[in-house]
Amino acid sequence: MDRLRGQVIVAGTASGAVLYATQPLSFWGGYDAASGRITDTHHPLAGETAAGTALVLPATRGSSTTTAVLLEAIRRETAPAALITRGVDAFLALACVVGQEMYGRSPALVCVSEDDFRRLADWSRLEVADRALTRVDG
Amino acid sequence: MTGGSDTVRLSAFDRALLAGEEGEAPKLAMRILARMAEVRGAAAMLDIEAAHIDSTIYVGDAGLEFAERLAGLGARVRVPSTLNVSGLDEFHWQEWSVPAEWAEKSARQMRAYDSMGTIPTWTCAPYQGRQTPRFGQQIAWGESNAVAFANSVIGARTERYPDLLDICCAITGRAPAVGLHLDENRLATRVLRLRGIPEELAAADDFYPVLGHLLGPFAEDDPVAIAGLPVIPEEDQLKALGAAAASSGAVALFHIPGVTPEAPTLGDALGGRDPVAILDVGLPEMRAARRELTTHAEGALDMVVLGSPHFSFAEFGKLAALLRERGPERALPEEGGCELVVTTSRAVRDLAERAGLLEPLHVFGGRLMVDTCVLATPMTPGTTRRLMTNSAKYAWYSPGLLGSAVAFGSLAECVESARRGRVVREPGPWD
Repeated sequence: MDRLRGQVIVAGTASGAVLYATQPLSFWGGYDAASGRITDTHHPLAGETAAGTALVLPATRGSSTTTAVLLEAIRRETAPAALITRGVDAFLALACVVGQEMYGRSPALVCVSEDDFRRLADWSRLEVADRALTRVDG
Repeated sequence: MTGGSDTVRLSAFDRALLAGEEGEAPKLAMRILARMAEVRGAAAMLDIEAAHIDSTIYVGDAGLEFAERLAGLGARVRVPSTLNVSGLDEFHWQEWSVPAEWAEKSARQMRAYDSMGTIPTWTCAPYQGRQTPRFGQQIAWGESNAVAFANSVIGARTERYPDLLDICCAITGRAPAVGLHLDENRLATRVLRLRGIPEELAAADDFYPVLGHLLGPFAEDDPVAIAGLPVIPEEDQLKALGAAAASSGAVALFHIPGVTPEAPTLGDALGGRDPVAILDVGLPEMRAARRELTTHAEGALDMVVLGSPHFSFAEFGKLAALLRERGPERALPEEGGCELVVTTSRAVRDLAERAGLLEPLHVFGGRLMVDTCVLATPMTPGTTRRLMTNSAKYAWYSPGLLGSAVAFGSLAECVESARRGRVVREPGPWD
């Protein structure tokens, strides 16, 4: 299936390369808001640049400061273009909600089911539009 | 963004705040809270009795702008609200390599939260002070280790509050009625079963960070029970367990039958249901997890750092005894030795000072840092590349936040390593 629907937390139009991991991520100590790079040495995406991508994660873990780091990335425009999580992640949702409140912008944030989350594993690019995720692989 | 919600049952008070009847700051805070309640699928909001504000940590201008916006709107907290660590040791930052711009902005963020009628505890271990919540109290706490401690060890009720939301709860006195606020979500659904762990090992301080390190990925964010522990752990050991599990995972509530207040028995912890997952852990798994916490197995050290979560009075007592026992002879930093740094709160430092527990540390030439920690302030120069610690939280985050390699060890190993300026292992219950 090349089109998925999820719970849209923050609507928006975005497209980007898919960065996919089945391990949760703490943005504090795991995401460098200056560069938009993933820096958590325990995480399989360590070293990847996530700014402008469609970052697909099951959830966040660890620090409460994850929201402040993602908000800082939103301010600096080094955040992912889209965030897709398995179920609702309140930390990412909050950063996006406050991003809209403070800076009038946010990554598109969509929560998908466990089955759809697994399907995203072999997508290489996706687009968020009209409240749906569409595969746009070449 | 819309203010209200079709699905969340807001009280008359909530609606009054949304309408701005109590001022602009509660209006903004309630708008964010109502939106989050909707996102979480909350049926209603509930009253909280206390808050712990993690938003105090300076990580960039966005958090500062948020704090100053609230402060500028005249925000005041409605419930007793303790403050987590800041990005600065307010009165001693010049002794470290903290850039002046960072210090200025961190101090502004501190002033913003100070101005809201909060309790200036500046600690990640607020349960070590006079503001400890009670069993069954509804609270909104940020700081992952503090959340785990409040829920698990005290039996207070809090979700994992992220930065920015904790202060919204404090300003309104309200929180979405979801997750661990509700009794039915507090039962364990997973069980970590310890098998054949010797009592001597289970009594050791460095057993608990390692156990927590294993617990995190297994539990994810579900309440979890730990069965088969052959001893009754001390408070600082439970603190270390929670901090580790809330770093490697998102653990906000663990039960230990016969130890934590909501679990007289394993059956009580599970509410009589079968667990969805069981993980058996024996000595080999524990040894492997302990090795995982170390990326710098041997050789010279730049710094030994203790106190994440913030060092307690009891831990200062243990450190003082070890330093006295082993004597002040050491390799000094300028002779190839390393720094010894302890992070704690102002309140615990003052008590320890009055009790004479800091004297051996002063004699040794060790340094104290209060209000913050080595992860939350850029205190270490770029040349600090090799750390040793007894904290799984420091061990977990240092590679990503400081770019350093880490050795994890017991408090005694940390002290001996600080004396010699290199990683020292001692024979013990792990062998």
